[in-house]
Order: sequence, then C-alpha cells, then structure tokens
Amino acid sequence: MADVALSSPRAAPSRAANVWTYVRGHVWFVIAAVVVAAYVFAAAFAPFVAPFAPTEQDMMSFMAPPAWGPHLLGTDSFGQDLLSRTIYGARYALLIGLGAVLIGAGGGLVVGLAAGLIGGRVEWALMRLVDSLLALPSLIMAIAFISILGQGVDKVVLAVGVALIGPFSRTVRGDVLQVKAQPFVEAARLMGVGTLAIVWRHIIPNVIFPLAVQATIRVSYAILVSSGLSFIGIGVTPPTPDWGLMIAEGRSFVSFAPWIAGVPGAALAVLLIALSVVGDGVREQFDPKLKKEG
Amino acid sequence: MSMPSELFRLLDVEKAYDVGRKGGLFASGPRRRLAALDGVRLSLKAGESVAIVGESGSGKTTLLRVLLGLTSPSDGRALYREKDITLLQGEDRDRFCREVAMIYQDARGSLNPRMSILDLVAEPLDHHGLCKPSERRDRVAALLSRVGLPPEMMERYTSALSGGQVRRVAIARALASSPAVLVADEAVSGLDVSTQAQLLKLLRDLQREMGVSLLFITHDLGVAAYLCERIAVMYLGRIVETGLTKDVLSAPAHPYTRALLNAAPKFFEPIAEPLGGEIPSPIDLPPGCRFAGRCPEARDDCRASDPELVAGAPNREFACLHPLIGEPAFA
Ligand SMILES: Nc1ncnc2c1ncn2[C@@H]1O[C@H](COP(=O)(O)OP(=O)(O)O)[C@@H](O)[C@H]1O
Ligand code: SF4
Ligand SMILES: [Mg+2]
Repeated sequence: MADVALSSPRAAPSRAANVWTYVRGHVWFVIAAVVVAAYVFAAAFAPFVAPFAPTEQDMMSFMAPPAWGPHLLGTDSFGQDLLSRTIYGARYALLIGLGAVLIGAGGGLVVGLAAGLIGGRVEWALMRLVDSLLALPSLIMAIAFISILGQGVDKVVLAVGVALIGPFSRTVRGDVLQVKAQPFVEAARLMGVGTLAIVWRHIIPNVIFPLAVQATIRVSYAILVSSGLSFIGIGVTPPTPDWGLMIAEGRSFVSFAPWIAGVPGAALAVLLIALSVVGDGVREQFDPKLKKEG
Repeated sequence: MSMPSELFRLLDVEKAYDVGRKGGLFASGPRRRLAALDGVRLSLKAGESVAIVGESGSGKTTLLRVLLGLTSPSDGRALYREKDITLLQGEDRDRFCREVAMIYQDARGSLNPRMSILDLVAEPLDHHGLCKPSERRDRVAALLSRVGLPPEMMERYTSALSGGQVRRVAIARALASSPAVLVADEAVSGLDVSTQAQLLKLLRDLQREMGVSLLFITHDLGVAAYLCERIAVMYLGRIVETGLTKDVLSAPAHPYTRALLNAAPKFFEPIAEPLGGEIPSPIDLPPGCRFAGRCPEARDDCRASDPELVAGAPNREFACLHPLIGEPAFA
C-alpha cells in the first residue's frame, strides 16, 4: 500500500483536493448528510449512546429542565430521560419512514408498471383509483387506514405506506410511458426480444432509478405523517418513545416545561430538514435535467 | 439455390391513416384519410444498396416501418423472402429478427442508457444465441474494433460517448447478428462533416466487405450517391423515380428529382430549401399528378391523370407524363 502512495505522490493530495472542492460546492448537502448519518448511528446504537433506558423513571426528578447532570436535556412528567427517549425515538422515526416508503414505493412500482404497461381499461381503472387516493392528503388517508388496522408501530408503517402508494404509482406510470416510447424499446422488439424480457431488462431499470430518488425524498414525508398520527393519539401507543407521542405528551406542559415537547420537536424538525436537503441533493446529482452548470 | 435473391418486396403498398372528419370531432363530413404511402413498389436484392430520398413528410419513415413490420400496410403486401412481414412466425420470424438490423436516426435513444457498451453490443449475440459466454467479450471487442472503437470502451455507458462514437456503437450492435440487411434512417445526419464522412466510409466498407444489403433513408443526395447503387425518390407517399443512383442524379427524368438536385448544390449538405411552393397536404389530394402544383413542366393533362411509376428507360422507372429524358411514359 505504501508503494502505491509513494509511486504516485500527486494522486493523494489531488484526491483530497477533489473532496474538498466537492464539500465546498455542496456545503449544505454535506452538513445534512452528516446529520442524517448521526441520526442513523444514534438509532442503530441507541442502547450504547443513550444514558438511560427509554422508559426508565427517575423518581427523584420529574419535569427537570435541561441541565448539566444526569439528565442533560431534562426529564418528562414521568421522570423519563428526554435525551434517551429522543435517541430511541430516532429508531422509530427512521424505521417507520423507511418501512412506509418501501411499502409505498413497492406498491407504486407494481401499480405504475401495470397501468403503464397494460394500458387500456386496466390503466384507466388503476389511475382513477390512484386519483381518488390522491384526492385526500396522505395524513387523512393514513388516519382512515389506521382506523381500520388499529394502532401500533407495524400498523403505522402499513397505513402510511399504503397512503404513499398513490403518489408513487403516478410517477412510475409516467416514467413507464416515457421509457416505453424510447427507441431502444422498439429496437429490442425488432431484435425479437419478448415482452417480459423487455420489461425486465429495458423498462424496469430505467424507472427504478428515478423511483429510488423519489423514495429518498419521501422518507421525511413519511416520518412527518407518522409523527402526526402519534401526535393525535392514533398512531404508536405509549410508552413507546415516539417523537409525535412525546410532543403530544409535552403539549400540556408547554407553558412551564417547554423542553418536554421541545426536545423531540427539535429532533424531528432537524431530521426532516436534513432528509429533504439530502433528498434534493441526490435528485440533483442524478437527474441531469436539474444538474447545475459549472 | 432455391432462395429468392430478393430480400424485401413491396407490392403496391398503401398505408393510410384515418385523420378524422373535416371540421373536428362532431363534424358530419366524410372521413378523411392521409395516405402516408400510396402504391409503393420496391424491391431490395441481396447485396444491393438502395437510398430512399425525399423531403420531410414524403413517407420515408412510414416505408421503413412497413419494411420492419412495425406497421402493417392498409393495402398491398410487404414481403421478406417472399413471406408477409407482419405474419412472420416461429423460425421465419427469428430469422427476420436476426437478418434485418436497424440503425436509428436517434442512435443515443436507441441504446438503453443503463446498459454498458458490452451488454448493448452483446445483446443480439445473447438473444439469438450466437456465441458462447466465454467468447462474448472477444466478439464484442472484435465488433468494436471493426467500427473503429477501442475495446476498452466496453465498460463505458453511452452517456460518456460523443455523438459519432454512439453511432459507431449502434453500427457495431447492428452488425452483431451478421445481418443480411442494414436498414438506416438518417443514420449520419446531425453530425459534423468529418464525422459524417468517416461514418459513411465505414458503412460503405462494411457493405462491400460483408456483402450486406443496405436500405438507407437520407435527405442528402450526396450521401445517397456515395453509399447506394440505386436510388428511389419519394414525393407525397409515392416513389416518383427510381434507377441507378449515378443515372438518376446525372440525368433526372422526373421534374421533382431535378428540383431536389438543383436545391442541393453541394454534396454532403442536406436539402435546405427544396423548391418553391408548399408541399401539399397528403390529405385529400387533388386528382392528377401530385407534383403538378409545384412543377415547372406541368401541362393541362397533368391535372387530369395521375401518372404511374413505369419503366421509361432501361433500368429506370419514373412517374411523369412529361419526363425530362427519354420517351414520355404515356404517348
Ligand atoms: N401515425 C400516424 N398518424 C397519422 N399520420 C401519420 C402517422 N405517421 C406518419 N403520418 C403522416 O404520414 C406522412 C409521412 O410521414 P413520414 O413517413 O414520417 O415521412 P418522412 O419520414 O419522409 O418525413 C406525413 O404527412 C405524416 O404526418
Ligand atoms: S406529370 Fe406533369 S406535373 Fe407531374 S411531374 Fe410530370 S410534368 Fe410535372
Ligand atoms: Mg422521417
């Protein structure tokens, strides 16, 4: 390894310079990516990062304000450590966001492919269904599904995921129609390639990528909707350290213990902003139409 | 040797599009038809090269789509090796797919941007089972070097290639299945002159070395003259003149061919402003010769009877009542 570095003394500094140029040109993207990575790390290693268990009650301190001491960010009305609960909460937020987006993108892929490829009445029926799904905001849709499914983390993932199928279906269908009209699809047909192989080899790879970009953007939306469900008390059930739930619990004490709602609220806001900056950056990076010149 | 020497044969092919009634959706007038192709006769023999020229809208692309089986004629027959193209099945269809290769005008769009050059060029080999997996890379490398591209390019994607390189990849891919016919729609247009010249030379060399037939659509008479022995001039859905390229271009019989020649002072330059007068709408053509409205030779009889494409000189056919050479088609 040392030989390589020595034999090309210019390579190392120039690569570092490249990285530096990139960072300088994309300051906000890099900051946001680091923030998201920090959340993912905290979520993955919550038991090691958090000073307390999320439901551990400290009988000596209820509604303690943030202070230097055992409870850096204070405690809630049950004497639970807010920092620890917020760190564990990142697990639920990210899990629900990713899970819901996977369901939404997967369902959207199936519906969009079916509509775009089959066409005719199937397409008409599917798109009318999607239109009716899109007529209601996702939160209302999710509320409707939750009222059928019942409460719980898995139910929230499913409800938010299903509510996202509509928008994903629409973009996938649009992309399928656009790709289907490309000369390379006709070229494959002329070569004698069968319909299934054309779909698999030529159409899916060209729609899956914009779908993945859209999915990264929608993770933050899914988290917001799921927090909304918990906030209005029909999502995740207490004492799960879900941010929406924590904000709801802290609501009654806002005037004299604002940190109870403020800490999870800030955690949620920062994650949402960071995720959308990362999502936009990813889209800009891979969508040539949006790429800035120079 | 019972194999017919004719690869493609078009027998009075007509392709009409229904364009609705005059006056819009709820109008009660007669249905109007747009004749994109109107009585086209054409044949392509093994090893032969034919250029199809004509202004935009004359039906060149429609002709090509009929030849490729992408649209079926509304009348007449389109044959490949004496079999109806749109009815080809099983082995015949496999053979058609293997033997007829298309080079698109939009070369970049005809290559899947998510496939590497290796996979793009190997796709015909894979699809028709033409080589062992172990030989795949070598075959692709040979095809790439045949079209003048370095084999290292295999790992790249078309987004990293220049316009000229992309066309070369498209040609390599078209050659992969050792086709009998290469069909090309404006395959060299939109490139700078030197790239165009290189590609034309490549195509001509390939045609001569491999004995592959060439059907080349172009609006550039220079390209036609360089690449193709025979030429067919199209106007409003019809072939109005056909013959050996050198004969037709040196002494055109049809006034439209002459107008095209006059409008193209230099070879390798597309016809800019073909001739005075608008090309008429192909919907509801008036009776008589369809070129009459723009033809300097037009006489009264031209507006009455519609000239057919007939042999007017050896090896030469034209559809004109008062041709510029030889005997009149109709006495
Ligand atoms: N699908 C279609 N529906 C209706 N009209 C068509 C269709 N395709 C082609 N045409 C018409 O047929 C005529 C010939 O078109 P085309 O074959 O594309 O000519 P060229 O390739 O010589 O420019 C044009 O008038 C065009 O508008
Ligand atoms: S038939 Fe008459 S109008 Fe038509 S091209 Fe010949 S001379 Fe011109
Ligand atoms: Mg055309």
